[in-house]
Amino acid sequence: MSSLPLGSKIGALLGRLGLKGRILVIAIPTVWLLVFFLIPFLVVAKISFSEAAIARPPYLPIVEWVDGFLRVNLNFGNYLFLLEDPLYVAAYLGSVKIAGVATIIALLIGYPMAYLIARSAPDRRNLLLMLVVLPFWTSFLLRVYAWIGFLKSNGVINNLLLSVGIIDEPLVMLQTDFAVYVGIVYTYLPFMILPLYANLVKLDEAYLEASADLGARPVTTFLTVTVPLSLSGIIAGCMLVFIPAVGEFVIPALLGGPDTLMIGQVLWNEFFSNRDWPVASSVAIVMLFVLVIPIMLLRWAQSAGEGEAR
Amino acid sequence: MKRQSRFLTIFGVLGFVFLYAPILSLVIFSFNESRLVTVWGGFSTKWYGELFRDPQILDAAWVSLRIALASATLSVVIGTVASFVLIRFRRFRSKTLLSMMITAPLVMPEVIIGLSLLVMFVTMESVIGWPGERGILTVIIAHSTFGAAYAAVIIQSRLVDMDLSIEEAALDLGAQPVRVFFGVTLPVIAPALMSGWLLAFTLSLDDLVVASFVSGPGASTLPMVIFSKVRMGVSPDVNALAAIIIGVASLGIIIAALQVSRSKNMSQS
Repeated sequence: MSSLPLGSKIGALLGRLGLKGRILVIAIPTVWLLVFFLIPFLVVAKISFSEAAIARPPYLPIVEWVDGFLRVNLNFGNYLFLLEDPLYVAAYLGSVKIAGVATIIALLIGYPMAYLIARSAPDRRNLLLMLVVLPFWTSFLLRVYAWIGFLKSNGVINNLLLSVGIIDEPLVMLQTDFAVYVGIVYTYLPFMILPLYANLVKLDEAYLEASADLGARPVTTFLTVTVPLSLSGIIAGCMLVFIPAVGEFVIPALLGGPDTLMIGQVLWNEFFSNRDWPVASSVAIVMLFVLVIPIMLLRWAQSAGEGEAR
Repeated sequence: MKRQSRFLTIFGVLGFVFLYAPILSLVIFSFNESRLVTVWGGFSTKWYGELFRDPQILDAAWVSLRIALASATLSVVIGTVASFVLIRFRRFRSKTLLSMMITAPLVMPEVIIGLSLLVMFVTMESVIGWPGERGILTVIIAHSTFGAAYAAVIIQSRLVDMDLSIEEAALDLGAQPVRVFFGVTLPVIAPALMSGWLLAFTLSLDDLVVASFVSGPGASTLPMVIFSKVRMGVSPDVNALAAIIIGVASLGIIIAALQVSRSKNMSQS
């Protein structure tokens, strides 16, 4: 009986430790992500307001002590520079255009494939899904590389067309925007198919039958029933292709030509060739603003998809 | 209806041809005798030999492998703790912040992740004198951060599906929360941890952009070496390397798929 107070004391102690333990458990991922994900963005934002310099690191501080005064040097020059130099505006527009067109092509290819998989027998479904995901597990870089061999002037496609006799001289496909479209559609197609599949597989076929019974033609049923019901999947898939494609570097660098202008490449060159960290940082900040709406759309589509699942 | 499904089937077949033809041609031409990658000059395995005699590629492969092993493990640790906290803990003040930070790397362009981490490392270096020379360590940290995001997606969905009553039973029987986590929760979600680890491992082995920003001299990863080779044009030894990577990845996937279907059959019977 006398151990009861002691027991409750230990219990209270453990309870307090438990609370501390809880805070510790929350702190591990929170601190890691604060230090290595969120704060870095603030540093980028800070550097985007500083002036480039030949130093280590290659920019001037924006806050300094001068004769006991805290002096803040905010330099908006980098942003004005982005606006004034037509290269950057063209690169942003070019990225959005290329990513947008590639997203639409990916949707046109991905939707029928997702539909086909969702409508096939359950045991075949898993096999087909695995076939869609499998290329994703092999190297992204090497999958882009594969297209060099396919598209170049003495590559697989030209050799095939020449030997069949469809063309007389090789088509120029590598180092064009066309090659960039092919590269983006090819590498990001699984990202389009998976959310569409997840959505279409839940689609109740009774709706389609009802529509057909009421006399709608298959095309009408598809446009007025299937597409609206799978809208959250369409938006999620499109954004999962569009967002990374806007900032894509590897694909335009390997498949694109000198005229291909994408912002990821511009940022890369500012950083690695010109060593202008402040301009590279402001390019990144503007890119983030360009992506705010697509990212919000994606979050909406994902939560809408989850809502339907429940 | 019949015509529609035939159209769909043809379309699907073409779609899979589109997905697989480039990969297959990579593998086929890795056995090509000729240096001209796309012109067949007879069967040969000489590019594989060349690959294993290239010290630059071997060194880079070893660097990449060490980075991938370390960062996949760290990714799963961070991803598991984050998922557990987000799914099992009641409201806490930084919950929205944490949930935002763990999903944001999934949609962030790689160039931005790479640049922001590099400037962070440089700033930390000048403020607290760590992490010093950039190299393998900084790449591991960078890869763990986005790897954790991918691992967390997989682990969270497993935690949501998990039957809560097993954990509650263990707690009712007097087990401490920590013991419940290690003794009950972890074994149940182990398959998700495994697939999260594999995904983070693959992403790390594959990453070019982030590693190019945060790596330093003397720590070139395999994708960095491949990229500089490929920029010079197609080269047959890269095809051989691709064939090896594709072979290993396919084998891993097939084994994992067989494992999953076997455990499904077992739980059904």
